[in-house]
Amino acid sequence: MTKIGVLALQGAVREHICQIESLDCEAIAVKTIEDLNCLDGLILPGGESTTMRKLLDRYHLLEPIQTLAQQGIPMFGTCAGLILLAKEITGLKIHHLGLMDVIVERNSFGRQKDSFEVELPIPSIGNDIPAVFIRAPHIVSVGDNVEILATYEKRIVLAKDGQFLGCSFHPELTKDVRVLQYFIDMVNDFTKTSLTKINTK
Amino acid sequence: MIQVGTDRVKRGMAEMQKGGVIMDVINAEQAKIAEAAGAVAVMALEKVPSDIRKAGGVARMADPRIVEEVMDAVTIPVMAKARIGHIVEARVLESIGVDYIDESEVLTPADEEFHLLKSDFIVPFVCGCRDLGEATRRIGEGASMLRTKGEPGTGNIVEAVRHIRKVNAQVRRVVGMSVDELMTEAKNLGAPFELLLEIKRLGRLPVVNFAAGGVATPADAALMMELGADGVFVGSGIFKSENPEKFARAIVEATTHYRDYKLIAEISKELGTPMKGIDIATLDVSERMQERGW
Repeated sequence: MTKIGVLALQGAVREHICQIESLDCEAIAVKTIEDLNCLDGLILPGGESTTMRKLLDRYHLLEPIQTLAQQGIPMFGTCAGLILLAKEITGLKIHHLGLMDVIVERNSFGRQKDSFEVELPIPSIGNDIPAVFIRAPHIVSVGDNVEILATYEKRIVLAKDGQFLGCSFHPELTKDVRVLQYFIDMVNDFTKTSLTKINTK
Repeated sequence: MIQVGTDRVKRGMAEMQKGGVIMDVINAEQAKIAEAAGAVAVMALEKVPSDIRKAGGVARMADPRIVEEVMDAVTIPVMAKARIGHIVEARVLESIGVDYIDESEVLTPADEEFHLLKSDFIVPFVCGCRDLGEATRRIGEGASMLRTKGEPGTGNIVEAVRHIRKVNAQVRRVVGMSVDELMTEAKNLGAPFELLLEIKRLGRLPVVNFAAGGVATPADAALMMELGADGVFVGSGIFKSENPEKFARAIVEATTHYRDYKLIAEISKELGTPMKGIDIATLDVSERMQERGW
């Protein structure tokens, strides 16, 4: 069974776990370094990125997650998770995991009163994908190898950089699992490819 | 079509706060300390509950200038308190763009009969509760988040324990009941029937429920999580302690890793004196903030 970890320091962990299980995968709540063993993919959920970063540092999880990324493990960041993945954050001198070749801006749609939901067409996934934006960030610009999967009002809100998938909104707050399915397909492709590599050695 | 202020957007905001600590602050400097310690949000007010208790008189919404100062100082969400039933205080806070309003019994109620119709607002609300009847009435009015009341400003966890245990026991009871028993349960609790049906279907409350009112130490915060809270509000406990920075960090860590007792032992060492507590039995019923709200 495909094992998907969800970083469980703070935020919308339960929602991701429910969606993962609804797609017949095993969900692992990741709180410590040991929980990172044997994962096929990792989700960085929505929450408060500032808080999550503090906790990542305190529990020495930053480097182990970066190492996991070097092994090619697919990772998916939603909202705050996207901020954790990004190589650059507007207005901040530091990045967090610094894995995905994008520049993101925090709270770029405004405060909570400006939060909204909308249905987005995402050509590589499907039509009318419900997207909930909560004090959401957006992707200001992307590196050469990054595929832009969705925009909303000319802002990039979903992109893929090889093994990394990042979105501004919260697919986990809806009943629609198509975005997660897209990520799980990425995970299964990676698992297959690495198995083939091992077999041909 | 774009929609703002929907239940999903308002409740979703609270979902993002789960597992975190929301701290009371009275100025920009305290807000920065809270953010640096890892708070998921701050509650901007003029006085923390223990000082409100000491000061007596009528406690009202904070000066909007303080709230704006805090909003400018941090990037985490900022909450503020309005008096129970005070439509205009709530509208004022909404107009300056706070991220969440607490219709709070810590302030002196403006209406002793009716709470705000919170579904009428774009901004989400958090409300206090002591039992499932109170909890579901607030959700019925449109609250997007709950917090068990405890007894604010006492540094005494006993009421917070009572309330979170009660709410969760009543949720379990509803979940275990058959549907044909729920109308009578709704009558007994003073709860909207449809919400009890929803609780039974979900197996839990439909909104996030934090614990509040008396958390003074890291172990207190962890206890609330152990008893099933989704997160913790700390009012006077941080900035009335001897070393707010250390206390704030330790309470955040204990909330995340509430079952890691060795870690809690470690972070509890030499923390300094927590806020001075009050024995609830010495408080007259009229002095108990938890009695406010209907």
